Order: sequence, then C-alpha cells, then structure tokens
Amino acid sequence: MTTRTRRRGTGQRVPVALLVPAALGLLFLVLPLGGLLLRTPWTALGPRLTAPGVLTALRLSVQCATLATLLCLALGVPLAWLLARVEFPGRRWVRALVTVPLVLPPVVGGVALLLVFGRRGPVGGWLDATFGVTLPFTTTGVVLAEAFVAMPFLIIAVEGALRGVDHRYEEAAATLGAGRWTTFTRVTLPLVAPGVAAGAVLCWARALGEFGATITFAGNYPGRTQTMPLAVYLALETDVEAAVVLSLVLLTVSVLILAGLRDRWITGP
Amino acid sequence: MTAPLLDGHLVVDRAGFRLDVRLHVAAGEVVALLGPNGAGKTTALRALAGLQPLDAGRLRLDSVVLDQPDARRFVRPERRPVGVVFQDYLLFPHLNARDNVAFGPRRQGLPRRAARERATAWLDRVGLAAQAGRRPRQLSGGQAQRVALARALAVHPALLLLDEPLAALDARTRLDTRAELHRHLADHAGAAVLVTHDPLDALALADRLVIVEDGRVVQEGDAATVTTRPRTDYVARLVGLNLHRGRADGRHVHLGDGFAVPTAHQLDGDAFVVFAPTAVTLHPHRPDGDAPHTWPATVAGVHRHGDHLRVQLTGAVSTVADVTPAAAAGLRLLPGQQVWASVAAGDTRAYPVGP
Repeated sequence: MTTRTRRRGTGQRVPVALLVPAALGLLFLVLPLGGLLLRTPWTALGPRLTAPGVLTALRLSVQCATLATLLCLALGVPLAWLLARVEFPGRRWVRALVTVPLVLPPVVGGVALLLVFGRRGPVGGWLDATFGVTLPFTTTGVVLAEAFVAMPFLIIAVEGALRGVDHRYEEAAATLGAGRWTTFTRVTLPLVAPGVAAGAVLCWARALGEFGATITFAGNYPGRTQTMPLAVYLALETDVEAAVVLSLVLLTVSVLILAGLRDRWITGP
Repeated sequence: MTAPLLDGHLVVDRAGFRLDVRLHVAAGEVVALLGPNGAGKTTALRALAGLQPLDAGRLRLDSVVLDQPDARRFVRPERRPVGVVFQDYLLFPHLNARDNVAFGPRRQGLPRRAARERATAWLDRVGLAAQAGRRPRQLSGGQAQRVALARALAVHPALLLLDEPLAALDARTRLDTRAELHRHLADHAGAAVLVTHDPLDALALADRLVIVEDGRVVQEGDAATVTTRPRTDYVARLVGLNLHRGRADGRHVHLGDGFAVPTAHQLDGDAFVVFAPTAVTLHPHRPDGDAPHTWPATVAGVHRHGDHLRVQLTGAVSTVADVTPAAAAGLRLLPGQQVWASVAAGDTRAYPVGP
C-alpha cells in the first residue's frame, strides 16, 4: 500500500486513523481465506478434486447460477427500466419491495417460495395440476431460489445505471423515428450496458453462493439440487478435509470470474 | 401566398408559466425564435417536436394535424416528419458518426446498407466523410454539431428544428459553423425553426424573427424591421438602440415628466421613438433655450465600448449614451454625476405603437 502511494508520487500521507482500520478490515476479510489455504490438504488435492461428487456439484452450481442470472436479466432489466423511467402510483413502495430479499434471511425466502410454489401452494398447485410441473426439490427449484435472492442486486445496479443516463438521448431517438421498444434496445440498453454487466456479475456471484433459500426450497439431492455451498455444508458434518477442498474450489472459481470482470464490476455506475 | 407549411398555435401550461405562441412557417423559410433565457423558446421547440404535448391550441404540419388537445389528437414524436438538432447535440455515444446519421434512415425502414450509404452521403455533404468512423467523444465541438445536423437532415424532415445550434461552440468555430449552417438551411426544402438567444445567429441564419418574451410573441418581422423598429426593451437592447414610448404630437414624442424627443417625421398618437447611443449628446450644464429637448440624468456607470465610452444614464429618461474619450474628458463622468442629455431630431426614428 505504501509502496503504491510512493510509486504514484502524489506525496499524500495516509492518516493513521484511516490506515489502521483499513488494514484491519483487509486482514479481517483475507485472514479466513488464508486459513482455508493453510488447512488445504495440498498433497491429497488431486484425488480429492476428482472425487465423484465434487465436479458434479461444481457443474450444477455454475449452471444454476448462470440460469438464475439469465432469469434475473430477463425479468429484472425491464423491472429496473419501469422503476427508473415510468412514473406510477406506489413506485416508492414497489422499489422498497424489490429490495426485500436483500434483508430477508434466505431461509425465510425459501420458506416463502415453498408456500407459494410448493405442491400445495397457490401457484405450485396450479402448475402441478395444469402442466404436471413440480418446482420444489428440483434443479428448476434451485434456479428459482437463487434468482429470488439475487435479483435485487441486478435491479439496483441497472436502475442506478438507467438513472445515470440522460433520458434526452431517448428523446433524440424518438425524434429520429424510433418507437419505445426500438429506443430501448438500440439506445437505452447499449448506454447502460456497463451497469447491466455489473449487475449481472453481482447477481451471478450472489447466486453461486446461495445456500439458505436453496436448501429450504430445493433440498439437498446430489446431482440434482446439491450445489457447492450445500456440498460444503454437508461435507463439514462428515469430512472436514473434503469441505475445505470444496470451499477452495468455490473460492477459486469465484475469484477467477470476479477478477476477470473486476474493472467493470468496480467502475460500474 | 400559399398556406404555410407549419401552422401552429402553441399553448403549454407549466407551474406559473404559460406559453402562448402563434407560429407560421412557409416551406423553405427559416424562422428564428429569439428571446431571453426562460422565455419559453425551448418549450415551443419541444412542442413542435412532440416531446411536450400541447395543453391547448393546434399544430399542423403539411396539412396534417400533429397536436390538437380539444380533438384528442396527438402524433407521437417518432411519427412526426421532424428533425431536431439539440443544443448539446445528443449524439449517441455508443455509435460512430456514420451510425448516428444512419439511425434515422434505419428507423424509416431503410436496409442497413442503404441507410449507411445515405449517412455517408450526408457526412460528405457536411464535410466529415473522413470522420465517419469516429465516436462522438473523438469529435471536436464543430464536428459534432455538423454530425448532429446531418443526423437531423438524413430523415428528410418537413420541419427542421434547431435548439441553440451554435451556443456550445467557441467564438472561432462558431463563425465558420454559422456560415456552413446558413448554406445547409438554404438548401433545406422544408420549414426550419431556430431557437436562439443570440441575435447575431438569428440575423445571420433566419429569414424572419419571432421575438418571444414571457411565453408570448412580442414582435415579429424580417431582420430589417426588427432591428430598425424594436418594440420592447429586450429587442432594443439586442440591436443596441435606446427605446422609449410616449405620445407624439407632430414633431415631438413626449416622454412624460415634461421631456420630449424631437423627430424628423410627422407623427401623432402613441409612439415609440428610438435613437442610437452615439446620437446622444451629454452636457455638463443645462443648455440655454432648449428646455424640453434636454433632460437631466445621473451617470450610473461608464465602461469602454469599442473606441467609445458607454455611459449608462438613469433618471426620468433612462438612456445609454456613447461618447468619445475627448468629449468624456470635459464631462468628468463619474457614477452619481449629474449631466444633461439631448438628441437631435435627425438622429431619432419614431413609429406608431399600434401595428
């Protein structure tokens, strides 16, 4: 940190009152991850990684998080547009409602999903009777649970980006003959693309780590609903070393993807 | 005379403000809406483009009614044959110059290739063929202005709207761009409405001026009429004349308080009288035997104006006077100083208040 400020040659001195808590904060965030590395059985890593359940859980995690992100994009971007661009009564309340999953304990979210989309729930019962579709305790259920928890991250990021874009670009598009939909796809969306990307990354990261809503709504069936966080939790009860390896895999995948998108993610509006 | 291409009575109500402007523009004519900031010019322009619905009145373009609240008729902006050059251009930052210009033709249903060809042709016309691949942020202010003009013209609008088209440019670029804009406006077959607060832009670009103050038209006419016969203080200031209103009886216009300005022409009734600041003569003392044509005034301020000194005078007749440095030397012009002002009959112009 100090070498960096020196190299930049700004001559700025960082006040100790800020430097100390900043260093402590960094330590607090990094130390547990370091502990994970310390406890990793490096010699047995090869066989551990290729153990049958690991790759299955990893694949399922990535697939479900990606599908959940796509679902959030399909529903969340239009919702963010509505919140940012259309005046309607109760807009403040809708905006507050959208962020509820952020503060709700995920387990409660899972219970709520179960009550509505469960076989006896109003929507779940109808789906079951009409199409024979069951959502809880299926892979679709995992996607649903993850989307429920992760969507607010996307909506907040995209709405912020939309508010940051001068709406007069949309007026200019209208004077050039573009209808509302064309304006949205040709002008608005490209202008907020960095915000959408940032929101999607946040959303994906949140979905990848989702635990509470998933285990409540989708259960813990290996190969079907057992994602990495669930596998870690389960392994912890029987084989701590396996839990550590699984955690390391999850950590590596997350860091690689987030680092790849870091610039956009951090400089997003 | 044929019916005007644009025939509008624009009424827009805002909190504490009402725009009520009648506007007629013939094909090929360029009309400037000129007025101080906040006069409602931009609101009028937005109403013409359909970005601001009318609250009353009617707007007709090329015999099609675009907006008429009492008939529940409103044509959305994307369906109007209108092109707009916005004050800060609003070029789409994610598209290069050519795709910005091609945006309109594409929306009109032209295939991508044809739209690009048309865009390239327009960029060529505004002299920017070489910059076609550049993004807006890589263009200079003058270039961006020309791309915005090409973008608005590429849809072949029946009505071209320009909102302060030169305001964002520096003085030097402004001169070149104004000349070029004049050329393109002359080529434009449809009607054009230009909004500006700069009289120079209005005089250089427009065939006719419509002066808007407080949401109303206070004067309209060609450049010569407006500049020689201003009817409001704002217009008088724009064209650099002293304007007073009074009552004419033959060869004098009485301004109240017993003072009068002599005129060379016979005129009776309510009248305006104008004279240039250079026509005003200042005297340190009251001249003898010329009482009604000389009025007392107090110097409010003095500053350089070209090779003259411009003197702001307050009192019964507020006036601006330009005096030579030599004349100023004999007057000891300091703020608060009492002087006497007069103007010769041959230097004034009086005209009736009524139309």
